[in-house]
Amino acid sequence: MTPPVHVALSGVTKSFDTVGGGAPVHALGPIDLDLRAGEFFAVVGPSGCGKSTLFDLIAGLSTATTGSVMFEGRPIAGQVPEGVGVVFQEDSCLPWRTVRSNIELGLRHARISAEERKARVDRVLELMKLRDFATSHYPAQLSGGMRQRVCIARTLVMEPRLILLDEPFAALDQQTRLLMGEEVLRLWRVTGATVFLITHALDEAAMLADRIGVMSARPGRLLDIVETGWDRDRDSSVIEHEAFGAITARLWKLLRHETGKTAEVARVLLPA
Amino acid sequence: MTRLALYRALLILAAVAVLEILCLTGAIDPLTMQPPHQMAIDLVRLLASGKMNRAILQTVGNAAIACALAVVIGIGFGVVVHRLSAVRDTLDLVFSTYYALPTLAFYPLFIILFGLGPVPQIIMGFLQGVVAVIVSTLDGLDRVPRVLKKLAAAQRMSPLETALKITLPAAAPYLLTGAKLAVAYSIIGVIAAEFLMSQTGIGYQISFAYNNFDNATMYPLILLLVVFSIAVNGTLFRWERRMLRQRGLRA
Repeated sequence: MTPPVHVALSGVTKSFDTVGGGAPVHALGPIDLDLRAGEFFAVVGPSGCGKSTLFDLIAGLSTATTGSVMFEGRPIAGQVPEGVGVVFQEDSCLPWRTVRSNIELGLRHARISAEERKARVDRVLELMKLRDFATSHYPAQLSGGMRQRVCIARTLVMEPRLILLDEPFAALDQQTRLLMGEEVLRLWRVTGATVFLITHALDEAAMLADRIGVMSARPGRLLDIVETGWDRDRDSSVIEHEAFGAITARLWKLLRHETGKTAEVARVLLPA
Repeated sequence: MTRLALYRALLILAAVAVLEILCLTGAIDPLTMQPPHQMAIDLVRLLASGKMNRAILQTVGNAAIACALAVVIGIGFGVVVHRLSAVRDTLDLVFSTYYALPTLAFYPLFIILFGLGPVPQIIMGFLQGVVAVIVSTLDGLDRVPRVLKKLAAAQRMSPLETALKITLPAAAPYLLTGAKLAVAYSIIGVIAAEFLMSQTGIGYQISFAYNNFDNATMYPLILLLVVFSIAVNGTLFRWERRMLRQRGLRA
């Protein structure tokens, strides 16, 4: 049985006004997409295709020019809905707060007892292997990977039903990315949340996702959706699987022409 | 003590030693300036006698009120103006030319309006400090990383909560720079106002001593002001250094 639709995008487009009053730039869409409850969905696409714009629309950080974005049957209208947790590409740790205090930020309005609050933070600290740094460390004393774990922990402590990840491992080295990917998979299994991941790394998408949306060059549209067919109980060892290479090759085949378009635009705009 | 602090202390000691030698050898007339050691002795005597207590309390109290008002109102105004780009564009010229205005020239007007009590002096101290705080606040808010503003939105924070929990703490190093300037400018504003027209305060006492060739009172009071300003700014400096270290912005 197909799981129920968790997030539904229908005819979504986004255009941006230009400085000086010129014609608006058509950045995205139209896009029609359903995210199923509990699935891990990744989006790949060439640089500047509108991946982050799509992310912002689903997060409620901006509004669509046309079309609708629904979360659990209710429209997302320019405000992040309750039940949605967001992790950004850039380091968004608050440097003046300890690790624990950063994570507690997500619970400041939660109507729960002090004991429950503490238990939830302890649980997430344990889950993200941050317990030893909780009160003794500030973000500046942590590595890039650990700071990103703090950001993910701050999202998880809110127990979101939809987790949005905008290239969360982009600043990390390849080995750390693989390990962080495993952790995200583990958290996805434990929490049962729907995960929406934006990434430019084809191998990362192929390893993590159940389905991968491939976007065209700007204005970004969904060219295809690739099903990986992995078991839910997977880890980074899927990269040894022969299907992994086939999935990555298919993604590249779809993207090669689009990436070329982006490169062509860059060549015209920025001649040598 | 770090090597830098040692160099700093040696530099101050060297300057004081040069002044001491110039005074003791008569290169500087005793009627013009006392040797630094005599200033220190006179300061201890003055403080022990208690006859300057009221003046000291008045000046420090007024400067503290002026500085607190400059910091609170300056930061609040800065936060509001930062959200209103048209207002900011309009006021930017005022802010950038503000310190070219002779604000002290308005002091007689404030005396007419508020009398010879502490209010005009507090206003002068406030006016000297507030714009430095506003400018520092705007500068700091401009530099808050965009991702932290997105984080505030993702955490469903109201504008007030965003300011209190995200943008102002993120801009804190800049706010502290504004506060340091406000401390110095507020003291200068209050002392200058007391100097011009007042019934008490350190500025008034310095002016009175100057007019009466009373070096044994004037120089110790100037020394007291210097020590006080350095102590307050030193405390803020240490706080700032701790904050920057905590944020990984300083080794």
